[in-house]
Amino acid sequence: MARVLINLPARAKRGEVIEIKTLIAHPMETGYRVGPTGTAIPRDIINRFVCTYNDAEVFRAELFPAIAANPFIAFFTVATESGELAFSWTDDHVETQTEVRQITVE
Amino acid sequence: MDVGPQSASPTRRLILLAAAGFGLTSLAAPADATSAAMEEAIRALVGEAAINRGKVKLELPPIVENGNTVPLTVSVESPMTETDHVASIHIFNEKNPQPYVAAFHLGPRAGRAAVSARIRLADSQRVTAIARLGDGSFWSDSADVIVTLAACAEG
Amino acid sequence: MKTVVLAVVAAAAAAAAEIAPEDRRSGYDFAAPETRAMQDDDTANPGILGVLQGETLWTRKVGAADRSCADCHGDARLSMKGVAARYPAFDPALGRPVDLEQRINRCRTEHQGAEPLTWESADLLALSAFVAFQSRGLPIALRSTAELRPFLDQGSELFHRREGQLNLSCSQCHDDNWGKRLAGSVIPQGHPTGYPVYRLEWQSLGSLQRRLRNCMIGVRAEPFEYGAPEAVALELYLMGRASGMTLETPAVRP
Repeated sequence: MARVLINLPARAKRGEVIEIKTLIAHPMETGYRVGPTGTAIPRDIINRFVCTYNDAEVFRAELFPAIAANPFIAFFTVATESGELAFSWTDDHVETQTEVRQITVE
Repeated sequence: MDVGPQSASPTRRLILLAAAGFGLTSLAAPADATSAAMEEAIRALVGEAAINRGKVKLELPPIVENGNTVPLTVSVESPMTETDHVASIHIFNEKNPQPYVAAFHLGPRAGRAAVSARIRLADSQRVTAIARLGDGSFWSDSADVIVTLAACAEG
Repeated sequence: MKTVVLAVVAAAAAAAAEIAPEDRRSGYDFAAPETRAMQDDDTANPGILGVLQGETLWTRKVGAADRSCADCHGDARLSMKGVAARYPAFDPALGRPVDLEQRINRCRTEHQGAEPLTWESADLLALSAFVAFQSRGLPIALRSTAELRPFLDQGSELFHRREGQLNLSCSQCHDDNWGKRLAGSVIPQGHPTGYPVYRLEWQSLGSLQRRLRNCMIGVRAEPFEYGAPEAVALELYLMGRASGMTLETPAVRP
């Protein structure tokens, strides 16, 4: 499980546009770096990031090797209702890590 | 900073170090192999449709301290309603091994079409952002970035 | 004749341009605005990921003694406050100074019955980042004891002596030419105000010893081995030179 940092308000007004900041620890190995033996270090990146809000997708990103290590993604979403935001990162091995956060919307 | 009878003063040594390949790279001429790759990737996204200038603002530092981590913000003027919103934003580059950087999928629930990320740039180059609106139209903005190399690298 | 001139030059270099206390600037001041912005935002500073990892490791029981850091040291926010600001510190049992990473490993071997963590391993960086984070905002303040004197002198000698194929000393760049440019980068003063630091060049956290090795390789000198007494003496000297400056761990640097 990679270390994750997620920042969003715990409470918001209905209809308010909130900013969500996410950071996950990952080397994002490009596949272009050459190791000490002279062979390329294989590519190993997070290639997909999805945010769902009470199970509805509200944001999705396809990522390529040009995304820096420890990917930082900040985006916006409308606070529509109280519930759960789920953040999922999927890597080249098709393994997904999901973190959830609650939000209270008045 | 005078050093006497040594054959090369420290100042000259610093200049030699700078000249020995750690210098600033210049902006590339527009027509080269990877620019073509970027053009092709953009065409694959856009097809025959026109790419309009405007609405999109791509923010990158004009001079970058380290190409390994470059903060990027892309925003699109849009009310983000059901009938008038940004469906996706695609980022391309011209000098990295691949033209793709990222694709962000939004929609009316985003509220604001603005995304920030950190990217890698292998060299001084142009970065292009293309937004697809809900009505199928495409809008773009570009930014030219100068990438400097670290003076004291590892290994 | 040549040796006489060199001796004069060496003496001149040793006495040269130590930065006046009021002119000392952290590497933060030389970094680009976007790099500074990355450091300033705890919700976006990649070094904070290491601090969070260290927080988890702090309570993890390890070793034959099945003991965590917390078992002896309790809440790090209290027990570790001010610690990183006074390291490297003299270790009476060893009769020499040790840096924070070495101190952590001594705790592991002596008190937890665990294997020492490898230099630059994610876990060691995470623990040192977490401990140093507890001193963020505090002034760097080595304990001035007589025992440290010879090691400070050794560190000073290392800082001022020329080395490598480029035959440059640390002092020539970082005392005499700070603020000027080397290739595309501004030369900072070389104060260890934010270690372990998230260096953009590394795309990860790294220790002061790693950074010093990079510098030595940069002047084409053989770098010190990790944990070598010379490396610790140099760290000690640098922290003394930065006395009173604010600790920023985890700093972000290019």
